[in-house]
Amino acid sequence: MLYREVGEFKTSYAQDSQTFPIRFDRYRYYFVIIVGLLFIPFVINDYWANAVFLPFLIYAIAALGLNILTGYCGQVSLGTGGFMAVGAYASYKLMTAFPDLNIFFVIILSGFVTALVGTLFGLPSLRIKGFYLAVATLAAQFFLIWLFNKVGWFYNYSATGMITSPSRSVGSFFITGSESTPAAKYLFCFLFVFLLAWVARNLTRGKIGRSWMAIRDMDIAAEIIGVNPLIAKLSAFAISSFYVGVAGALFFSVYLGAVEPTEAFSIQKSFIVLFMVIIGGLGSIFGSFAGAAFMVLMPVALKNLLVLQFGWSVDIAAHFEFIIIGGLIIFFLIVEPHGLAQLWNLLKQKLRIWPFPY
Amino acid sequence: MNFKKTIFSALATLFLVSPVLAELVFPSLSYRTGPYGPNGIPFADGYEDYFTLLNERDGGLGGEPIRVVKCETAYNTEKGVECYESTKGEGSLVYQPLSTGITYQLIPKSAADSIPILSSGYGRTSGRNGKVFKWVFNFPGTYWDAASIATKHAMDMSGGSLEGKKIALVYHNSAYGKEPIRTLEALSEKHKFELSLLPVDHPGQEQKSQWLQIRRERPDYIFMWGWGVMNSVAIQEAANIRFPMENFIGVWWSGSENDVLPAGDAAHGYKSLAMHAPGDNFPVYDDMRKFVIDKGLGAGDGSNVGTVLYSRGMYAAIMATEAAKTAQKIHGVSKITPTMMRDGLENLEMSEEKMAAIGIAGFSPTFKATCENHGGQGSAAIQQWDAKKGTWSFITEYMNSDASVIEPLILADSAQYAAENNIKERCN
Repeated sequence: MLYREVGEFKTSYAQDSQTFPIRFDRYRYYFVIIVGLLFIPFVINDYWANAVFLPFLIYAIAALGLNILTGYCGQVSLGTGGFMAVGAYASYKLMTAFPDLNIFFVIILSGFVTALVGTLFGLPSLRIKGFYLAVATLAAQFFLIWLFNKVGWFYNYSATGMITSPSRSVGSFFITGSESTPAAKYLFCFLFVFLLAWVARNLTRGKIGRSWMAIRDMDIAAEIIGVNPLIAKLSAFAISSFYVGVAGALFFSVYLGAVEPTEAFSIQKSFIVLFMVIIGGLGSIFGSFAGAAFMVLMPVALKNLLVLQFGWSVDIAAHFEFIIIGGLIIFFLIVEPHGLAQLWNLLKQKLRIWPFPY
Repeated sequence: MNFKKTIFSALATLFLVSPVLAELVFPSLSYRTGPYGPNGIPFADGYEDYFTLLNERDGGLGGEPIRVVKCETAYNTEKGVECYESTKGEGSLVYQPLSTGITYQLIPKSAADSIPILSSGYGRTSGRNGKVFKWVFNFPGTYWDAASIATKHAMDMSGGSLEGKKIALVYHNSAYGKEPIRTLEALSEKHKFELSLLPVDHPGQEQKSQWLQIRRERPDYIFMWGWGVMNSVAIQEAANIRFPMENFIGVWWSGSENDVLPAGDAAHGYKSLAMHAPGDNFPVYDDMRKFVIDKGLGAGDGSNVGTVLYSRGMYAAIMATEAAKTAQKIHGVSKITPTMMRDGLENLEMSEEKMAAIGIAGFSPTFKATCENHGGQGSAAIQQWDAKKGTWSFITEYMNSDASVIEPLILADSAQYAAENNIKERCN
């Protein structure tokens, strides 16, 4: 009743091929953007920014990146943590080497640096597939973290090997450092998420996205119909790493402000982002957001429910968090192996024919 | 519509924290889960129990009841940030996260929010320079003091000179473990010993290659900057290669019962630094048992009472509450704010009389914080483990660190921080 295409007539190609062809969907999308842009910045405080929105938005970018590589192009990667570290260290080096460079360009450039590194580590994908490729990217993870621990140049020879982000601003609004306001940080990340999600959505609908999906579905057949596997696979690695690098740069400079490679960008990060993509839905933009929301917001919500509402002691609650979240992951994957995005799609299908299902 | 409202308000409460005032709030950013839980639990027990003791015995601090806000960090920096943000609105007076990584994260945040951090014996060493780090305190000693004192002890053992000797540093490959490197490098130049660095990755269960290297290099002394399971594994490995235990010296975070007990008799003779006395032969423990543990009010199951890390947690709480008392005296109000708390920390003096009054006479070194010096006098003792008796005991007096090496390093590091963050020096 709410969600249906009946009565919507498309009179041009542009209308026909828009991202959200159904009016209700389109308005929902506008609504989310308006709330995110015009409502949340005015009510956000430190807690909501640092515990809820920043991690959600930043992980959503990382999940988008990994989804391009794993979900759309079918190349399994366990190097996400390492590539996030490349983004973080690139942004640190850029920020300290060029203090006058605007933080916006720092983040973008960090993305390009990571894209370069990602392409390099993507080269084995031309020869190896599946689990074997996963192992090759795992090597990237360990190598990169080792590198950032070992070579002092990357952390400007600081005493602890930790990198701390200096204060940087856009105009008069501080984005990083101690003077930054939650609204500025949130809007900065929101802008990146919006731009990158928009680009990702349109990339995956276009020629390049179709060639990724062809490679994913059957690489030999794709080659026969004229998809160049070299270009398709390496472009997927490059673009995916760009996203992951931007996420890593934001993660370090805007969200945490100080990181050490072993803890912040461990193999754990690679797994969490991979779980986001799998739980959210492989090959779905919405899935990246749903997965990030699930993995980031659920623990916070559960903690607050158990500790503040039920008054449990914090350690018991922390243990139960693991149990409940693990249980929910299994539940969702049994109910819908294709992730939360597929659940959402099914719901939409049901809504279209409601109340007269056949 | 009412139903929707209820759902929305329920959802909102899921994320929101309601502020309650009219008490002195001490947040406890503890970790009772995760790979470092075994060390986090006794510390958190001691920390929280001491506040319970004050509430039960004295009715709080200066008439104000104390409320402890607990939050589980799992030694994870992201969770630490979440904990900080969710507890700071409750009027938290001072943060003691017991994690160098989380401390680094909180240093700029706490300065912006005007809440002091007390990182006793951990955190950023250059936080000792109060001219730059207005909101950070790390008395009674820092990692660099520890490195210097460990070297001093090694020098005493080898007859006053370390020339030509080899010292290996086995360290947790994180900001925490890397802290002493700079000082040890400076010291190795000064005393002409050879330093080799052996990082151990989180969580530290896998150390075979490091100990193989030690077997090959045969260092005269091994220093260890470990935490959690890494400590006990290292002590076991040292025993396996028959390294003389009395030449194996851990930092104060590598010197608890948890670390030596798993190795059994093989750990006999292992040494570590200590910023306070081991054991429970102090009057405060009688009160602790009487008012808290025996009444069943303890934060934990009571099995950790009297252990080194329990005492460490208690000591952290003692310093915080003594600073709060100092702040109450300075400002003449009992309901202090975090800003007043900072003044209390900066003017904190732990004298023999004061410690005797608390029931911890001779427990820890005396120190006095000043505007410039947020790190105390930098003294620590060496304790040794007796595996037969199952006790730690002091084998030296409290020793002072080599200020001529450490001071310039601290000034250089804090000057770099000040330059990066446009901080003007205070106390001039």
